[in-house]
Amino acid sequence: MVGITASSAAEISARPGRRTVASVVIRWAFIGVSLGFLAAVLLAPLAAVFTTALGEGVAAYFRSFADADTGAAIRLTLFTAAIVVPLNTIFGICAAWAIAKFEFRGKAFLMTLIDLPFAVSPIVSGLVYVLLFGAQGWFGSWLLEHNIEVIFALPGIVLATLFVTFPYVARELIPLMEQLGNDEEEAAMTLGASGLMTFLRVTLPKIRWGLIYGVILCNARAMGEFGAVSVVSGHIRGLTTTMPLHIEILYNEYAFVGAFAVASLLTLLAVITLIVKSLMEWQASRASGN
Amino acid sequence: MNGFRQPSVLPGFGLTLGFATFFLSAIVLLPLAALVLKTASMSWGDFLEVVSSPRALASYRLSFGASLVAALINTVFGFIVAWTLVRYDFPGRKILDAMIDMPFALPTAVSGIALTAVFAQNGWIGQYLEPYGIKVAYTWLGVTVALTLIGLPFVVRSVQPSLLEVQRDLEDAAETLGATPLYIFRRIIFPTVLPALASGFTLAFARGIGEYGSVIFIAGNLPMKTEITPLLIVIKLEEFDYNGAAALGFVMLAMSFVMLLSINLVQAWARRGMVAARR
Repeated sequence: MVGITASSAAEISARPGRRTVASVVIRWAFIGVSLGFLAAVLLAPLAAVFTTALGEGVAAYFRSFADADTGAAIRLTLFTAAIVVPLNTIFGICAAWAIAKFEFRGKAFLMTLIDLPFAVSPIVSGLVYVLLFGAQGWFGSWLLEHNIEVIFALPGIVLATLFVTFPYVARELIPLMEQLGNDEEEAAMTLGASGLMTFLRVTLPKIRWGLIYGVILCNARAMGEFGAVSVVSGHIRGLTTTMPLHIEILYNEYAFVGAFAVASLLTLLAVITLIVKSLMEWQASRASGN
Repeated sequence: MNGFRQPSVLPGFGLTLGFATFFLSAIVLLPLAALVLKTASMSWGDFLEVVSSPRALASYRLSFGASLVAALINTVFGFIVAWTLVRYDFPGRKILDAMIDMPFALPTAVSGIALTAVFAQNGWIGQYLEPYGIKVAYTWLGVTVALTLIGLPFVVRSVQPSLLEVQRDLEDAAETLGATPLYIFRRIIFPTVLPALASGFTLAFARGIGEYGSVIFIAGNLPMKTEITPLLIVIKLEEFDYNGAAALGFVMLAMSFVMLLSINLVQAWARRGMVAARR
């Protein structure tokens, strides 16, 4: 999208007869209002994260990561993402292969179901697992008898995160693979390649950038999920608090430097995610010859 | 496969569809079914008592009202931002364009505490609103600001492609024939982008209703006043009132389905609009 808008903006400013006084005034009014609005709701909060985190100096910023509970929260977040992202990536690739490469009945319905987690409130996403595995839940007493902890423990956090980040990879790959078509894969099969070989050598290189972006976005959401994880985690400090939950605890204790220091890590992750997205779009526009 | 699917030389259909359906059922459908079944096990009286209690009604009003206002703000400013990004070239335009997606990538808890810091009484923006008696943080205005940030990318990203579809020849022709910029906007630009605006509005509205993380820090969370519906569910769970939580969760789930349906309808309409514009 960026590639197209860039060329059209250049085209517009190059158009003759467009530089009247009125058009210049309108132009700067639009740019001014846009910048003012984005500065208030987008740029100011981002800047606030870093200025508050560094508010008591660089030393205090780095000291906040030495805290044992903060370290535990970072480790738990990395561990959760390490389970969730690969699972949702495998699901995304499978769903995209089945949906984009084949025509079958109920396809549109299946895609709507895959989108469901986007439409559901994160709190409801956590709630459903509490109703299944919580102490009064469907499997609650069975789990208690067998001494298995799901809610207020790691499995619950993993399940809630899986639910929330479920559609990301599939959503990124399905339109991309549909657009690329089946011709090259069919040619490879006709020439005797195996199915796996066709996927690895023909499909994968074509969808590489979309896959990377889907995985990175899924990862950013997995590490940053707050609502759903908050419902299932139980907020046991140093044990079941992920980074976003730890931010909440520190913030409510008025430990602002610590809270915003952890927040700054997640903000950097978001910035990296957007850089990868821009790289992907740049690659896509280069590939299509724009 | 008797008409279930069209034949293809490509392999792996059964395997990939099988795994995808299994994983979808285990992670998404089965847990959602548990919520529906839990609610179904309640009696009508109990259900109605929970979902129509004054506190629940107040939370719907806030969740819906703030989402609606935020989506309207985003429709106006999102259009202006999209127009600026598509039509004008200025230094930093590409970076600004990339940053529109920030609310998608930024964890909601981070946006929550950051917005509170900016809009609190001593914050960068809050201190200038304070003398006029405008309090943003810990009021419904704060909820609206948080939902505005969350919904912004939906509107901008919907409108951008549709602005590219506006036929510039028509604009030029209208201008040559003496049409004012306002007339051109009303008769040529607005009808072309209207479906995309509607689609962006619906997406932003739907997202706002369920939003939790970015709201609770700035909302103040006073019962009956600044308590959103998702927070009420969390409170019920903390009181181990599973039935109450399930009933409210069911209401929100039903709302999600209604919103999902409206989004599909609006987008189908938007696609027809795009096709018509191309002709």
